[in-house]
Amino acid sequence: MTVSPLDFLLPGVRSLGRHPVQGLLTMVAWLTLWALIVLRRGRIVETFSGGAFDEWLAFGSILVGLYIIVRLSRQMKTESPRRSESQRSLAWSRFRRHRPAMLGLGLVSVLAMAALLTPYLAPYDPSIQGADLVATRFRPPSLAHPMGTDHFGRDVLSRVLYGGRTSLAIGTLAVLIAVTLGTLIGAVAGYRRGWVDTVSMRGVDLLLSFPRLVLLITVVALVDPSIAVITLVLGLTGWMATSRLVRGEVLSLREREFVQAARALGFSGPRILLRHVIPNVASPIIVAATLGIGNTILIEASLSFLGLGVPAPAPSWGEMVARGRDAMIEAPWITLFPGLAIVLTVMSFNLIGDGLRDALDPRSAGRGPAPTDRRAVGGAGATRAVGAASGAIGS
Amino acid sequence: MAAPRRQTRRLERFELRGGLLGRYAVRRLVGSVPLLWGIVTLLFILLHAAPGDPMAAFFNPNVSPDVLEQMRRNFGLDQSLLEQYGRWLGNFVTGDFGFSYSRLRPVREVLAEALPNTLWLGATSLVVTFVVGCTVGIVQAVRQYSRLDHGLTFAALSLYSIPTFWLGVVLVLLVSSNAWPAWLDLPISGMQSLDYAELGAWDRIVDRIRHLILPTIALGLSSAAAVARYMRGSMLETIDEDYIRTARAKGLSERRVILRHALANALLPVISLVGLFLPILFGGAVVIEVIFSWPGMGRVMVDAIGARDYPLVLAASFLFATLVIVANLLADLLYAWVDPRIRYS
Repeated sequence: MTVSPLDFLLPGVRSLGRHPVQGLLTMVAWLTLWALIVLRRGRIVETFSGGAFDEWLAFGSILVGLYIIVRLSRQMKTESPRRSESQRSLAWSRFRRHRPAMLGLGLVSVLAMAALLTPYLAPYDPSIQGADLVATRFRPPSLAHPMGTDHFGRDVLSRVLYGGRTSLAIGTLAVLIAVTLGTLIGAVAGYRRGWVDTVSMRGVDLLLSFPRLVLLITVVALVDPSIAVITLVLGLTGWMATSRLVRGEVLSLREREFVQAARALGFSGPRILLRHVIPNVASPIIVAATLGIGNTILIEASLSFLGLGVPAPAPSWGEMVARGRDAMIEAPWITLFPGLAIVLTVMSFNLIGDGLRDALDPRSAGRGPAPTDRRAVGGAGATRAVGAASGAIGS
Repeated sequence: MAAPRRQTRRLERFELRGGLLGRYAVRRLVGSVPLLWGIVTLLFILLHAAPGDPMAAFFNPNVSPDVLEQMRRNFGLDQSLLEQYGRWLGNFVTGDFGFSYSRLRPVREVLAEALPNTLWLGATSLVVTFVVGCTVGIVQAVRQYSRLDHGLTFAALSLYSIPTFWLGVVLVLLVSSNAWPAWLDLPISGMQSLDYAELGAWDRIVDRIRHLILPTIALGLSSAAAVARYMRGSMLETIDEDYIRTARAKGLSERRVILRHALANALLPVISLVGLFLPILFGGAVVIEVIFSWPGMGRVMVDAIGARDYPLVLAASFLFATLVIVANLLADLLYAWVDPRIRYS
């Protein structure tokens, strides 16, 4: 198809015939972004006169968002049924047919976009209290405050949006730390074997003996929490499941011909691990990481709920639920909305994780999680292999 | 021909139960000693790596430096790290967890009171988790790809994504709302009613159970959803096996095939999940105890953090880890008992 100006005015409209759903969604996303630009033009203009990093990030996200939409809509039209037969594109096409997973992906994109655009989206400043406390507190949901107001007359929607930023950022970063650490430790343990393996796996057993929340509480009790500390501690207490998973895979991979060939060629240990072994463990790691983000967000919320998470001025979902308990009967919206936000976010990541597992490991498709090798996910139990390791539970 | 073979098998089994299982138990028991040592050491490292002076809480213009110095000596903070570590290790071995500043009682007494309550809650939740989870999983597997299966899958996924604390809070909200039927009224806090002492024996039991219902549901439901997912997968895998086809071919009723032949085998991998879900349940218990004012270890721990009562925090943490290890051990023994294959590995 030729390029027409319509692709830039209303992308998706020309695909409506062949891909009605995708075309419609593209149009909706495009129009929503433009509506935001028009409605919040005041704030966007303000960005240029001394905006903070947050605002510039939001501004950049709008541009990137618009660009991605145009790109996607063009790709949708030019796409041939299947271009290659590589493992990756096969997995991707399986993933695309997985409806729940695509729903999850869509939800996560929306949530991520909402988090990035929060400075423009949020109707109020999350920490601004109502001018007249008695008149503005505990207002039920209305047009002015779609999720009502809290004890101090603060807008719950704005707080949910800002809380989502913290939750998503902490969840993603912590899982990044955890997965990197877990992959490295697991790969080295599985590849070197011997005492390295014994020591690190005993360490894993040790850390897994603590209920994760208890370990976190203990550490946080000793260190004053800040967002950075919470992220780091969540990362440092979340790597064990991944490392067990990776170690198990590497133990068998290291005997395969291609690894032996690499060794025979005289490659260094780190090079063999990073270039030849770890890329072959990528699929279970990706699945574990996706499910891990949801899990980490849950744990972070529990920590904030107990008052041990993100410190006070920054809004967080767990803390909002905890504070809302005092006024639960007269103002249930203060507890309900942040809770729903947690459920939606965690569920989206779980949907993607399930879809990825099915796409990357077709044998397990449609079966739900395979009965798990306990050594891979938790518990200091005896060695046993009860089916494919699926990992990533163990909170 | 058939009879003697059966007899040998019985003999074999007997021998396995007494000998191999016992040896396996001892091996695992010995194996958990270094684990406990590691836990105590880790807690020591955490305590001493934490920034800040442990005496900072006592700094006060009205306290003379001499008194502080004396206190420092009383706490043993003037000794070398190695000496402190030795004493720390000795204390944990003898079960002396120190003195709780916030409760002005030995830590051991505080925890001894709270431990049974946590175990109580954990045990009922574990039972609910597995009974509900397995039932739902079996129903789903038997009706694979039906509307019921899809509905339950979706319900399980949603429950699995619900934070425990929010479920607890919402349950409290539901029960205390006006729309809730009065005859179904359930207590939302504590372990017993105020007039517990005046109740008869039977009413006491009922009262206890009524107090358990909401915390148990809040704690067990999301794990039950996870168990259901595993059970469904395990059951589907079992149904494909040859021996199930044989059982069907023999003309057994579908009910008998599922509940006797398939269930016994499908349950095996699910039993091994007990050890996996225990840490999750204990972790969740911390939050649930706070919401439902349940006087267990989790609540003790959270209160202790508020009061900066480190001996209590560390001892509770140690006890939680010990519980997980012991529970894991029991789960493994249970597994080795029902599945003889494991003992040979």
